[in-house]
Amino acid sequence: MTTVPYSSSLGRETTYLNHSHKIRSWLLTLDHKRIAILYMISITFFFVIGGIAAVLMRLELMTPQGDLVKAETYNKLFTMHGVMMVFFFLIPSIPAVLGNFLIPLMVGAKDLAFPRLNLASWYLFMTGGIFALVALVAGGVDTGWTFYTPYSSNYSNTYVVLTVVGIFINGFSSILTGLNFIVTIHTMRAPGLTWFRLPLFCWSLYATSLIFILGTPVLAITLVLVGVERIFHIGVFDPSLGGDPILFQHLFWFYSHPAVYIMVLPSMGVVSEVITCFSRKRIFGYAFVAFSSVAIAVLGFLVWGHHLFVSGQSIYGGLIFSILSFMVAIPSGVKVFNWTATLYKGSISLQTPMLYVLGFIGLFTIGGLTGLYVASIAVDVHVTDTYFIIAHFHYIMVGGAVMAYMAGIHFWWPKMTGKMYPEWWGRFSALMIFVGFNLTFFPQFILGYLGMPRRYYAYAPEFQALNVLSTAGASILGIGYLLPLLYLLWSLRWGKDAGPNPFRATGLEWKTSSPPPTENFEKTPIVNEEAYAYHRMEMTGDTVATH
Amino acid sequence: MTPSQPIDPHALDHHHVKGLAHHFDDMDQQHEAATLGMWAFLATEVLFFGGALAGYAVYRSRYGDAFAAASHHLYLWIGVINTAVLLTSSFMMALAVNAAKQGNRKKIVTFLILTILLGLAFLCIKGIEYYLDYREHLVPGNIFEANWHEIFPHIDGAHPGSMMFLRQVQLFLMFYYILTGIHAVHMIVGISVMIVLAVKASRGRYTAEYNSPIDMAGLYWHFVDVVWIFLLPLLYMVQH
Repeated sequence: MTTVPYSSSLGRETTYLNHSHKIRSWLLTLDHKRIAILYMISITFFFVIGGIAAVLMRLELMTPQGDLVKAETYNKLFTMHGVMMVFFFLIPSIPAVLGNFLIPLMVGAKDLAFPRLNLASWYLFMTGGIFALVALVAGGVDTGWTFYTPYSSNYSNTYVVLTVVGIFINGFSSILTGLNFIVTIHTMRAPGLTWFRLPLFCWSLYATSLIFILGTPVLAITLVLVGVERIFHIGVFDPSLGGDPILFQHLFWFYSHPAVYIMVLPSMGVVSEVITCFSRKRIFGYAFVAFSSVAIAVLGFLVWGHHLFVSGQSIYGGLIFSILSFMVAIPSGVKVFNWTATLYKGSISLQTPMLYVLGFIGLFTIGGLTGLYVASIAVDVHVTDTYFIIAHFHYIMVGGAVMAYMAGIHFWWPKMTGKMYPEWWGRFSALMIFVGFNLTFFPQFILGYLGMPRRYYAYAPEFQALNVLSTAGASILGIGYLLPLLYLLWSLRWGKDAGPNPFRATGLEWKTSSPPPTENFEKTPIVNEEAYAYHRMEMTGDTVATH
Repeated sequence: MTPSQPIDPHALDHHHVKGLAHHFDDMDQQHEAATLGMWAFLATEVLFFGGALAGYAVYRSRYGDAFAAASHHLYLWIGVINTAVLLTSSFMMALAVNAAKQGNRKKIVTFLILTILLGLAFLCIKGIEYYLDYREHLVPGNIFEANWHEIFPHIDGAHPGSMMFLRQVQLFLMFYYILTGIHAVHMIVGISVMIVLAVKASRGRYTAEYNSPIDMAGLYWHFVDVVWIFLLPLLYMVQH
């Protein structure tokens, strides 16, 4: 029985959104919910910039000759696409937006443990983003988002230092966000909310935060070394000056491979929340799903060498990294099977968040299984630096992480704004994104297997048909992303009032009003039940009224 | 459904407690959060220095001779004196934390000031050392390239292996400046924080009940100290 009072959604009560409308009240807010909104707006902006770069690349690749842009411009486009999408969209996406908004709500706290640090994270993020943007406007960078040395440190004539400084500063935003989440989950859980009653979203963000605080600093110091080598011409990584370029790759991937799990672990958290709600069932094997997040985070730190199979790493090193990379498939498989088992005999309803989540499971499975191809040394030698790699990681990062981000945004949009998105348009664009995504990236698996290399603006004529397909898919995908931007904004004004719990979901965030008041809960909630008690809710018919 | 029973709102009314932020239930929770947060931050710091030390380890194992030769030119005695200064500073910090636990305002301020002064002494000595290094042309890049024969007079520039040796020496010097430089930045941050804490302490902000900031600054300061204890043998004593 719920006894928490919630006011009717007539817009009279004070919420975190309407308690003040001054611009100052946003820019100096310490409220985790407002900071989440700040992040949402900023990462959408960076997503658009990265997206424009992708559009230009796909247009260039319509024809085999280089005709739309110059080769140098193309190099800058794929670099900007990678930098913007990886560092300024994907990594902050679910953690900084949904994590910021939801973790205090889910644990029944008034805020994150360190609200001022949280605001500082956003300012660091924006400062880093501005550095990267200035580099873009000044003329761009052409090293690729991986900044491989010695090209980046001594040869490229573009704005490497400016971009690297931006990523360095942005890294501290990640670190502080991760630190805040870890401390909040440890110390601020409501009475009765034991670790094994936590929503799985919290577990997955806890695992993500471990990577934030342990991986990001290594990238930071590596970028410092690149900057030092570039500015002072001292051979840290340049072999002609006595340095070792492979060392850079080791240090870089020590962060950047786990960074992939920064993108996908929070997605897995979203999937667990959504799939239980729209199957009306408890999660199958809670502890397995929870610990597999931690296992992925830990194993993720031990597999970076699979990016160096062709870089001159020793064969024994390669073998060990290959085996360890295969092992990541185990916890990932545990999750996929547990989600599937959760669907079994559930009463499934295919609303928008659920469509995205089902899309996630299929695409993540393809992305994960092709990950096993490239974890095999012999196959990897064949497909290294081809479009096969591009397709593989886009299935994880776009098919996985972005799909889940969209699922999460739709699922919690009513909570964040108090308004419902239009369901038909939601389903329609989910479908478009799924179709567009596959049309864009599936042909790239074939192209890569046939030998088309990545990072070239021109290619052999026999690859044209598949490239045209890919570009056609990208335009569908582009519209698929544009639609939610429009109808979500539309819903702010014309959407139906959501009420506190429109999806009849469990979880403390649904026990307060939508949008929540600044202090989250009128009274600190007390928990005496497991996380996904849908079976009980269905049996007793006990629901919070839906609107 | 998860019942959320209303609890007595007066039980949550803790705004009269000095130093307790509104989103925490009680002092213990706040202190626990601060402590865990600081330890997590120090874990980050370990990995930050760890990345640079990994690079150092790779090159030292590869270019042992050049590293030993270059290390020999650093001022070990200055490094040792600075170690003593920093350890004493850490000791003062420990006394400040102890005083904070007792809520002794005067002692907190005194020991914080002593910590700060010793920290500043460390930085001054380090600055003098950098100047002496500079005077001996122990600066990687053009300065070293133009003057290396003064530092290594027995090396024959025409010998094919000698150019590689000189680059390796510069690699060592670069790690010396990066590691000690980052360490110095951490010192400056720590000193700045402690100045703020000392001012607040002098106004009686910290009591036996509320002293987490001083405790946390102490953890940080000891960490900076520990980093230096690693740097001393790695940089100054390669040959010893």
